[in-house]
Amino acid sequence: MTLSEVSSMLSCEVFCGEKEMNTIIEYGCASDLMSDVLAFSRSGAMLLTGLVNTQTIHTAFIAELKAVVFVRGKRPDKDLITLASEKKIPLLGTQFSMYEACGILYKNGLVPTMESITAKSSNG
Amino acid sequence: MDKSFSQSFEIRGSVFIDAGKASTEVKTILKQLGINSEIVRRVAIASYEAEMNVVMYAKRATMNFEVSSEKISIVVEDEGPGILNIELAMKEGYSTATTEMREMGFGAGMGLPNIKKNADSLKIESEVGKGTKLEFVINLKEQRVPTMSG
Ligand SMILES: Nc1ncnc2c1ncn2[C@@H]1O[C@H](COP(=O)(O)OP(=O)(O)O)[C@@H](O)[C@H]1O
Ligand SMILES: [Mg+2]
Repeated sequence: MTLSEVSSMLSCEVFCGEKEMNTIIEYGCASDLMSDVLAFSRSGAMLLTGLVNTQTIHTAFIAELKAVVFVRGKRPDKDLITLASEKKIPLLGTQFSMYEACGILYKNGLVPTMESITAKSSNG
Repeated sequence: MDKSFSQSFEIRGSVFIDAGKASTEVKTILKQLGINSEIVRRVAIASYEAEMNVVMYAKRATMNFEVSSEKISIVVEDEGPGILNIELAMKEGYSTATTEMREMGFGAGMGLPNIKKNADSLKIESEVGKGTKLEFVINLKEQRVPTMSG
């Protein structure tokens, strides 16, 4: 799905990256743990997170994430928006909780980026 | 084409606002050199975890970054408390991070295992009370499929 579809599904406010709204989002990923994102995400994924700091932006840049959506009404400050614009990482915000936001995107067909340990062991 | 290139970065301990700057620069340089994007991603992830460890645990460090036609090597040498038990530190989930560090999204004990996962070779030498030297290499010649350790 495109970032603009994500944005309308989650009724997002766009903080930066308006020009990137046609970007294709291949996978979804939700975490407040940046180490987990670095370890298990794939490039082409979008991150849903409640963590709003410079590490979020650096992680997105380093791991080649296509966009970051802050959940539960969290807002980045000016410095963070500037940093994200420099790194060409679109930043969006939704009022939905992490759980609801994930549910909506999952139901609409956005596949996960992280491997589920139980799914791996039961499906081989 | 000769891709020889090297650069050094200074990393300051406890300065969280700058944490990630060296690694994002490393990544930008590798992209400019036209290195394969999957390799760039692996180097950047490993280097970022190493940089975060310096910011979280050490006083200061120098990160030396070198690119040749065969490989990319990164050496991070810090002045700091050192690591008493390297084998234990390498275990997934082992962490001495504080709550403040966890609130930054790090400190889950995944850093060193993640560096190992992304690198083709990793060497750690440490002296308690002095510091730690972490060195990793990513080969440019043969490609490989990264393994998930989760
Ligand atoms: N450069 C370093 N200097 C001192 N101790 C370190 C250093 N790097 C790692 N460690 C120790 O090894 C542990 C595991 O590191 P790591 O796997 O990166 O996980 P985390 O940083 O999430 O704790 C750290 O909690 C810390 O005790
Ligand atoms: Mg770490």
